[in-house]
Amino acid sequence: MKVKWWHVALVICLAVAFLSPLASASPDGLEKVAEDHEFIGSAEEAPFQIIADYLFPGIENEALATILAGIIGTIVIFGMVYILARLLRLRKRQAE
Amino acid sequence: MGSQVHIPDGFLNIATLATTYAVSAGGIGFGLRQARKKLAEKHVPLMGIMAAFIFAAQMLNFPIVGGTSGHLIGAALAAILLGPWAAVLIMACVLIIQSLIFQDGGLLALGANVFNMGIIASFTGYYLYRFTTRLMGMSRRGKLIGSFIAAWGSVFLASIAAAIELWVSGILPIQVALPAMAGWHALIGIGEGLITVGVLRLVMATRRDLMELERI
Repeated sequence: MKVKWWHVALVICLAVAFLSPLASASPDGLEKVAEDHEFIGSAEEAPFQIIADYLFPGIENEALATILAGIIGTIVIFGMVYILARLLRLRKRQAE
Repeated sequence: MGSQVHIPDGFLNIATLATTYAVSAGGIGFGLRQARKKLAEKHVPLMGIMAAFIFAAQMLNFPIVGGTSGHLIGAALAAILLGPWAAVLIMACVLIIQSLIFQDGGLLALGANVFNMGIIASFTGYYLYRFTTRLMGMSRRGKLIGSFIAAWGSVFLASIAAAIELWVSGILPIQVALPAMAGWHALIGIGEGLITVGVLRLVMATRRDLMELERI
């Protein structure tokens, strides 16, 4: 199989996900505003949790749990959008 | 890793949630029709890659001043390369996955998040890019400066949309919400601009043709 540009690009995306444990843990823009103005408490917990807070459940090592969450998310989202675009393309060709 | 402008449930009132859900659903529907009309073979892998990159990069919060962090939104980058409707679809998919699987951004607030980071950020980014490149010319330099301005403006304006939603939901008075949100995001926008320019420089150096796709 010939290596296409997007195979390389997907590896780059996975490498970015691999770096995710280096992310700043400081509150982000909206969280900071919510803390400063004391409405952070009104945030509600999600009714269910799958990979909450980008930590793969059941793994003690936090960096590893984050990397695993990042890799899974990156692959899932690539697959979802690639398939969506493929299907839209298919429908366009059928219409032509 | 948090929310930046990913709004959790509990912040916005029902009227705001319902309005933004309706507008976002309409935007996604129209975006799907546009994509079906214009999508070419070359768009397909780029759409997937763009979404994967935005998801991964959004995990990487970068520190700004005052013990605060920010992360990429990515809508301007997607809109510059693929067009605003394609960017809306990409952002919607990323936000749906983040909300459903990673509990980042509320399920009820999904419409507001798609509205702010999908529709507002994509369209302001796209038209700021078009406007600035028209002023400065489509040279390499013009495109890079234009993309920095587009990326910065997209974050700034998305944060203003979020501030207005907090205000109409009765969380904060507008004279507090606006400077607080816009102030932090004016700084976070610099990071957005630098990352956007960096990615576009990489695309220009390796696959120039991807800069010339029809915009959806």
